[in-house]
Amino acid sequence: MQVKRTPKPYDVCIIGSGASGGTAAKVLTEGGLSVVLLEAGPPILPERDYKEHMWPYDLPHRGAGVGGRWRHGTGDEFMAPNGAWEIEGEPYVSAPGSKFRWFRSRIVGGRTNHWGRIALRMAPVDFQVRSRDGMGDDWPLTYDDVAPYYDKVESYIGVFGTKENIPSAPDGIFLPPPKPRCTETIVKKTCDQLNILCIPSRLAILTKPHNGRPACHYCAQCGRGCITASNFSSSQVMIPPAEKTGRFTLITGAMARELVVGKDGKVAAVSYIDKATREERRIHARAFVVAASACESARLLLNSRSTLFPEGLANSSGVVGRNLMDSVGSNGGGHFPQLEKMPAHNHDGVGGMHMYLPWWKFDRKNDFLRGYHTEFGGGRGMPGVGDYDRLCDDFEGYGHSLKQECKKRYGTYIGFAGRGEMIPNENCYCEIDPQVVDQWGIPVLRFHWKWGDNEIKMAKDMQETYRAIVEAAGGIYLTETHEDGPHPYGIADGGVIIHEVGTVRMGERPATSALNQYCQAHAVKNLFVTDGACFVTNADKNPTLTIMALTWRASEYLLDQAKKGNLGA
Amino acid sequence: MTLSRRDILKSLAVTAVGGSVLRVIPLEAAQYAHRMVQAEKAAAETQQYTLKFFSPNAYKTLASLCNTIIPPDEESKGAVEAGAPEFIDLLTSENTDYQVALGGGVMWLDSTCIDRYEKAYLDCTSEQQKEILDQIAYRRNAKHDPSLGQGVEFFRFLRKLTADAFFTSEIGITYLGYIGNTYVQEFPGCPPVPERS
Repeated sequence: MQVKRTPKPYDVCIIGSGASGGTAAKVLTEGGLSVVLLEAGPPILPERDYKEHMWPYDLPHRGAGVGGRWRHGTGDEFMAPNGAWEIEGEPYVSAPGSKFRWFRSRIVGGRTNHWGRIALRMAPVDFQVRSRDGMGDDWPLTYDDVAPYYDKVESYIGVFGTKENIPSAPDGIFLPPPKPRCTETIVKKTCDQLNILCIPSRLAILTKPHNGRPACHYCAQCGRGCITASNFSSSQVMIPPAEKTGRFTLITGAMARELVVGKDGKVAAVSYIDKATREERRIHARAFVVAASACESARLLLNSRSTLFPEGLANSSGVVGRNLMDSVGSNGGGHFPQLEKMPAHNHDGVGGMHMYLPWWKFDRKNDFLRGYHTEFGGGRGMPGVGDYDRLCDDFEGYGHSLKQECKKRYGTYIGFAGRGEMIPNENCYCEIDPQVVDQWGIPVLRFHWKWGDNEIKMAKDMQETYRAIVEAAGGIYLTETHEDGPHPYGIADGGVIIHEVGTVRMGERPATSALNQYCQAHAVKNLFVTDGACFVTNADKNPTLTIMALTWRASEYLLDQAKKGNLGA
Repeated sequence: MTLSRRDILKSLAVTAVGGSVLRVIPLEAAQYAHRMVQAEKAAAETQQYTLKFFSPNAYKTLASLCNTIIPPDEESKGAVEAGAPEFIDLLTSENTDYQVALGGGVMWLDSTCIDRYEKAYLDCTSEQQKEILDQIAYRRNAKHDPSLGQGVEFFRFLRKLTADAFFTSEIGITYLGYIGNTYVQEFPGCPPVPERS
């Protein structure tokens, strides 16, 4: 088979169109460079693809999906398209004894079409953890280095929140927050009694018109995709300004297979599979920005072996695929009898929490290192399939009494979700599976995973906290967890929180890291890895905002290098 | 109506892109598009549902059970009017586990009724139907009488799917008093929360 070459060399080729790839596309094209972006999935068309404002009864499966598949797991039929735990023809493997789950979104905008829009800054201490407690590593940069880029990202995308002066949760540039829902006023009041911090959340959703996008209309359906683009997704907010420059080429259905290194040791081209024709194609560029998501980016580097880089591109240190981290997740919830008396009212709000619990025990010694934040929600949301599973099992019976009990209990539950910092360990990594390829012939990832003791202790603390809040509010805590078994204290399997980071980490020393502080490979000057792979640690902050800030910073550095003529021909 | 939904959406998309860098549909246009969807939906609803898995007889039993699990009352219609039998038939036709649990479950119920009352479930008197349902509607009964185990599991699953269908229907959503899925300029916040007793 003959490899098709594109004649036109671009300044930069970006791989992936999510939070990182989209940000790079915007900054680089607006900075004057010509950019080509490869996305493994199809384009997204909001007016065709989004199910915003549909009722469950508008779909024959009511949201349960074909054969009820969504009924028995996370997500539903209304979700923005092409995000899934399993993709047909593109498997991944968990090593024996490990369980890891990998959520991938094959579509323009990537996982920003599906994320919770939670936009939290890492705190100054989060960048210097080893100096603080001796575990993990410090970042090769500080909060002050990143802060101007947090400013830029927030100013551009729009994030609501409030100034609070909490050391573990730095303030940003905020739009006003929405008013609390009833569930949130109850939890806030209880947290005040318990001396637990509870503040307005920080979400990338517009509460005022912003940069040409209208304000939120409070339908609570961000996860379905927003036809008014009032929340942030890369496809609707980052890609359009790149397209406007006239210097942007988007190639969809393009599955990157290998980065090809030239004789000068720089990346010369990317080989990709055009999914529509199953043909191999090649694109040349002066620089490459890999932003395919932490694990997918590691996979691409590990699959790019050459005489110069026999262990994979930019992997002389052996760290590529290592230091894989997710967030520590443990959920709990309860029944709040006072909500039974609430009159019917619109409880929708934005598509996410209006308030949250930042890490509040930073001023004392705890049973574990680092911290966690807590997301919570519940109340009178749009009914969905599976909502009454638990009540049906608890109440049993049938007839009027069952029907009335369901009505009485509607909207009276509040759930809490802890999201904590995991310390990287040598048992958590991904590598190329020696036997399996995907349908495009590309070797797939094999995951290894084991939680450490610190994470289990953190999950225990989450459970104790949520029980304390529910009971102090006069509710009944309904979550049962156990000390042992596969999920001690309810800790989620690796990958389930969808905060994978760390697999191509940055650092000062080429012996123990792959990238410098600008996401540039130590050994390959025209290669940048800008997604969550570059993270050194995984603070209790959802990584997306930091991914965008680091990408923005790396992109400005790349622009500067291009101006200085350091990218080569 | 001469324009299809697709045409409307296409025209919306063109106007939207023309006016802005962003692929954004103006609010009024989006509302209009959703009303179109509703109208199409209403037109489609007049069509008769075609059975996809259950035999006509088994489907009658299924519908009767749905009606018993969530019956109509003075406050609202019940699970049958809310489309539960169709929803369950559709999902079952696509899932082999459901076929065993529900297809087999309905047959278990008929065989058990024939053993006990010498009649299939639908031919039993309402007292007999109540007697068997009262037994399979509670897990504790299977502890005393293990021969009820399969029936209890069947009923347990059917109850969940019936609740799914009812509470995701327009009837069920109105019954619960969910208010939302709409455009509001400003989120109003929380009405006063009654003190807990």
